[in-house]
Amino acid sequence: MSFMDLVKALLNKNPDSKEVAKERLRFVLVHDRTSISPEFLDKVKEEIIEVISRYMEIDKEATEVNFHKGEKTAMLEANLAVKEIKREVKS
Amino acid sequence: MGEVIVITSGKGGVGKTTTAANIGTGLSMAGNKVILIDADIGLRNLDVVMGLENRIVYDLVNVVEKGCRLQQALIKDKRNENLFLLPAAQTRDKAAVDQDQMKELCSELKKDFDYIIIDCPAGIEQGFKNAVAGADCGIVVTTPEVSAVRDADRVIGILEASGLSNHRLIINRIRADMVKKGDMMDVEDIIEILAVKLLGIIPDDEKIIVSTNRGEPIIANDTISGRAFKNICRRISGEEVPLLDLHEKDNIFAKLRKFIRSG
Ligand SMILES: Nc1ncnc2c1ncn2[C@@H]1O[C@H](COP(=O)(O)OP(=O)(O)OP(=O)(O)O)[C@@H](O)[C@H]1O
Ligand SMILES: [Mg+2]
Repeated sequence: MSFMDLVKALLNKNPDSKEVAKERLRFVLVHDRTSISPEFLDKVKEEIIEVISRYMEIDKEATEVNFHKGEKTAMLEANLAVKEIKREVKS
Repeated sequence: MGEVIVITSGKGGVGKTTTAANIGTGLSMAGNKVILIDADIGLRNLDVVMGLENRIVYDLVNVVEKGCRLQQALIKDKRNENLFLLPAAQTRDKAAVDQDQMKELCSELKKDFDYIIIDCPAGIEQGFKNAVAGADCGIVVTTPEVSAVRDADRVIGILEASGLSNHRLIINRIRADMVKKGDMMDVEDIIEILAVKLLGIIPDDEKIIVSTNRGEPIIANDTISGRAFKNICRRISGEEVPLLDLHEKDNIFAKLRKFIRSG
């Protein structure tokens, strides 16, 4: 909050409309920039399964890939259901 | 080898065509050989803004379909020897041209022209993709409003995803009086939020409407918005030019100073 905002808040005035615009813009952009389409996530999921399948047998149906976006961080979460570890890589 | 610059925005009506006309005119006034391409197929406007609407014979679609030679479709500007317009087709739709054809056309034109300026249609669909296909860099136009800046962000994202990373922003229709009152987002706010390089600012100026009525780009006149566009052209040519002070016009001392200097 800038000094002028503080003064305005103390005087119980509405904030400038430009401040409201900035806040709203920041909010929609956080959302716009991190919206990942389901098709994109499906593709990521498929490729993850493809790589891991070289080493383990994966249950595709029980596997989930999700994307979470917080204030400052983003997390890609993948839960892979392993049916069996392949013999040749166990050692 | 020329440079292909696409003028785009996402949101409609923010000043792409006005910007294309003025930048094209300005760069040619500075001695460059320039071609303006109207890529807004079906809604052509650049011809009218340039005052060249009654000279059109062939258009962009005729050229890519090889219905005429490129030279036949180029319209020479009224005032500038080395400025040309390639108009859009008015009675066709955006699908009449594809991305490969635009790429081919641009690389052809680069041999002959210093600057190829493409006026992009609003939106992010086919017409936009065609306009962007052959470009080396983009100029994104916005106004200081939430919806326009949001759409600019979207377009910047798409430009980056398609490998065009050296784009710059123009903020159009700034009203110094409203910024002063805190009723319009200012330049610094918008640049910070979009995290993009600024190419220039243009005031909201009724003289732009008057000059558009006449079909004469404002850059040829010594007005505040004419100077704003001139600065933008100089920056495109690589010069460092400080930002225009938009408060100048309502400052009586500045007027007086100018009067004394010119007098
Ligand atoms: N700085 C300005 N001050 C005043 N009027 C302006 C300014 N810039 C543009 N205009 C006016 O706004 C209107 C829209 O401008 P323009 O046609 O250049 O926008 P556009 O982005 O090309 O629109 P479209 O998306 O429909 O192609 C025109 O009437 C133009 O004269
Ligand atoms: Mg236009």
